[in-house]
Amino acid sequence: MAKKVAFLQGNEAAAQGALYAGCTFFGGYPITPSTEVAEVLSNELPKIGGKFIQMEDEIGAMASVIGASLTGAKVLTATSGPGLSLKQELIGYACIAETPCVIVNVMRGGPSTGMPTGPSQSDVMSAKWGTHGDHPAICLVPASVQELFEETVRAFNLAEKYRTPVMVMPDEIVAHMRERIVFPEPGELEVINRTAPSVPPEQYKPYDTSFGDVPPLAAFGTNYRFHVTGLNKGQDGFPTTKAAWVQAEEERQVRKVEANVDDIVQFEEYLLDDAEVAIVAFGSTSRSARFAVNEARKEGIKAGLFRIKTFWPFPEKQINALAGKVKAIITPEMNLGMCTGVVKGCIDGKAPVHGIFRVDGEPINPGQILEKIKEVK
Amino acid sequence: MSQRYEIRFSGAGGQGLILAGVIMAEAASIYDGKQAVQSQSYGPEARGGASKSEVIVSDATIDYPKATVVDALLALTQEACDKYSHDLKEGGVLLIDSDLVKNLPKGNFKTVAFPIINTAKNEVGREIVANIVALGAIVALTGVVTKESAEKAVLSRVPEAFLELNKKAFNMGYEKAIAAKA
Repeated sequence: MAKKVAFLQGNEAAAQGALYAGCTFFGGYPITPSTEVAEVLSNELPKIGGKFIQMEDEIGAMASVIGASLTGAKVLTATSGPGLSLKQELIGYACIAETPCVIVNVMRGGPSTGMPTGPSQSDVMSAKWGTHGDHPAICLVPASVQELFEETVRAFNLAEKYRTPVMVMPDEIVAHMRERIVFPEPGELEVINRTAPSVPPEQYKPYDTSFGDVPPLAAFGTNYRFHVTGLNKGQDGFPTTKAAWVQAEEERQVRKVEANVDDIVQFEEYLLDDAEVAIVAFGSTSRSARFAVNEARKEGIKAGLFRIKTFWPFPEKQINALAGKVKAIITPEMNLGMCTGVVKGCIDGKAPVHGIFRVDGEPINPGQILEKIKEVK
Repeated sequence: MSQRYEIRFSGAGGQGLILAGVIMAEAASIYDGKQAVQSQSYGPEARGGASKSEVIVSDATIDYPKATVVDALLALTQEACDKYSHDLKEGGVLLIDSDLVKNLPKGNFKTVAFPIINTAKNEVGREIVANIVALGAIVALTGVVTKESAEKAVLSRVPEAFLELNKKAFNMGYEKAIAAKA
């Protein structure tokens, strides 16, 4: 049977990806340029017995998904820059309470209200450091409509597998553009479900590390009762200030991601085998970069592309190795150097890094990148 | 056609240009089996302001989703024509509403002009289908998608009650563009 195809917008694909992954709850507060995610799910979730709630603001929206997740549901919220700022307090809460949830954040110009309809890539540091304190961070940065579908599915998998919030961050261009998408059949993409407790309710502890770094999470309403708090907590979920335990727990929470970098990090290498100039890019900017690489190759310049698919955890190891093989690295991005700084921080000075930064609401076009390739080759 | 073909629909916010672009891209991608990407750019206002919708069609994978050198430009307002004609290629197609665009950009273009909005209002019967009249014209002038595919794509995107209206608008735009070109 022929597969189902459609000509879909990025945001619509994110919503469809969430449904494929088994999402049954969306709590949100609509904001351009992410509104279509909410729009699609407000239509689709009621049809499958799921719930769609428009909350009073973004803070309430984030609280609603945490609550819904604790009942065992796979949950999603969607927002953009200003909304992400508001959600940050509760994203930290989800990190410490180890509550799986997925946040789609469509990047528009900032700070503050900024440029609501203009593209940007300036929330990638917020994805890691927007909420205070040490915590695990996972952030996926898809570059096409198809990939936005697939990475939303993967975001749910990672959230459930590691009991932590996961962000999917398309820039406005990827979120708003339309492309052909081939819908995966049920079962074609892996769908990971939460590990249920293997002990009876009276023995259950929500943070029992004897089960490993990711303790099973029971669902409220299934006879399992436990305490949830934003304070540092003991195995039973109640607050603790016991120094050694708090230290160990903070480390464990971060370790859930750091010890599993190879499972989480994905990237794509294009024409890098013999490359002398490597472009490191993500999101829609990586598409400009790929275009520029092809043009450069036509002129005999050995250029290649390292496309970041997982921004956090950052592909440090791979980019460090890459820096040892090339003469120069170019980092085009729609912000004033966020990825560039991270790249510089992980390559031990092995290659010069040349940024191309744009924050005027216009995409970085292939011509700009090609010019830089010629300049640094 | 292995090369990119780039079309830009421009005018004011609220004129349905994004939808025109979506239908064009859908015709290419779903019905003609080519690669297509549609993107858009508009201001924060819901109505008015210059607005554009871009469609890239190719036989090969489309990397950069926005226009680089525009092959065909539709301008429904003077503001849009002034703002979005700078990267129209030499010899490219320029389709304008002859009532609304009086100052033409300098350059060697295949300019086609007819009263698009007036055609929708007085000949088709509803100003709201001006975007579909324009789409019919662009389909005729560019030949990037077949007329049949474009018509199918139009009809799959509009509500049942307005099928005939849109069909009429599409065909009227198609015929007028051919007549205006001659």
